[in-house]
Amino acid sequence: MRGLFSFIAELNIMLIDWNNFTPWTALAGGALIGVASALFVLFNGRIAGITGILGGLLRPKIRDIGWRLAFILGLIAAPLVWQFFAPLPAIQIDSGNTLLAIAGLIVGISTRYGSGCTSGHGVCGISRLSPRSIVATLAFMGTGFLTVYIVRHILGA
Amino acid sequence: MKKHLSNINALLFSLLAGLIFGIGLILAGMANPAKVLAFLDLAGLWDPSLGLVMGGAIAVGLIAFTIAKKRNLSYLGFSIQLPTNRVIDRRLVLGSLAFGIGWGLVGICPAPAFVLLGVGGIKATIFVIAMVVGMGIYELLESCGKSNNK
Repeated sequence: MRGLFSFIAELNIMLIDWNNFTPWTALAGGALIGVASALFVLFNGRIAGITGILGGLLRPKIRDIGWRLAFILGLIAAPLVWQFFAPLPAIQIDSGNTLLAIAGLIVGISTRYGSGCTSGHGVCGISRLSPRSIVATLAFMGTGFLTVYIVRHILGA
Repeated sequence: MKKHLSNINALLFSLLAGLIFGIGLILAGMANPAKVLAFLDLAGLWDPSLGLVMGGAIAVGLIAFTIAKKRNLSYLGFSIQLPTNRVIDRRLVLGSLAFGIGWGLVGICPAPAFVLLGVGGIKATIFVIAMVVGMGIYELLESCGKSNNK
């Protein structure tokens, strides 16, 4: 794996941050995310897309509230369960409160408008080989890269 | 009669799936916004790790969804509901483009937002509240749009 990235680096177009590169925990963590999505679809029959699960709570059908809340509670409980066994890894939010509020609003409106986010389109959608999700993922990855480029390298924030 | 997801087993599997999903996010580094931004910063000192998160998730997901597509009922007897819409429309593209902007501004997307909420702190709380308000605004706009079209 290192060979491939070294090759890209030798083309002198990218600088790789080897000190913070964590391929194995990234792959293992990704596999766990896949396992969670697999459990969800094979046992409960639903897509593990957080936008849809959360958004559905705002159009409440009484009998659907429980499983939606349970999934979200599981996410919230994850760091607490983790801490039973090991200290949490570094978690760092550098953004200011105003920017967090603006970004949160954008994420909330746009993920519902586009019918999904990194989990529903990026993981489950691509795993289903859905053309819609492949397009969506390319779109948000593209503007994600572009936004960071503009903020860090043009605005210099 | 069809089984409904309000069943206690469905609630337990939802909780378990959410928990495993969240632990995966923490292990992968996706719950650390600084690492997400380092992945999105191609022109800076680039940390490619998070590309592998998606790779690991999709490798497992491909197997699961190949099985799911062949079944009508889940292992617990619930109907398997997969999206049927195949039209690539303006909503999908514009929504996803805008989502990338919000994601790129702070490095937080919806699932890690809830993991961060569990870690605690005012910043995660602000993001989650704003995100839920955003989804509420979407619902309002949708219901206005629908009543205008009548």
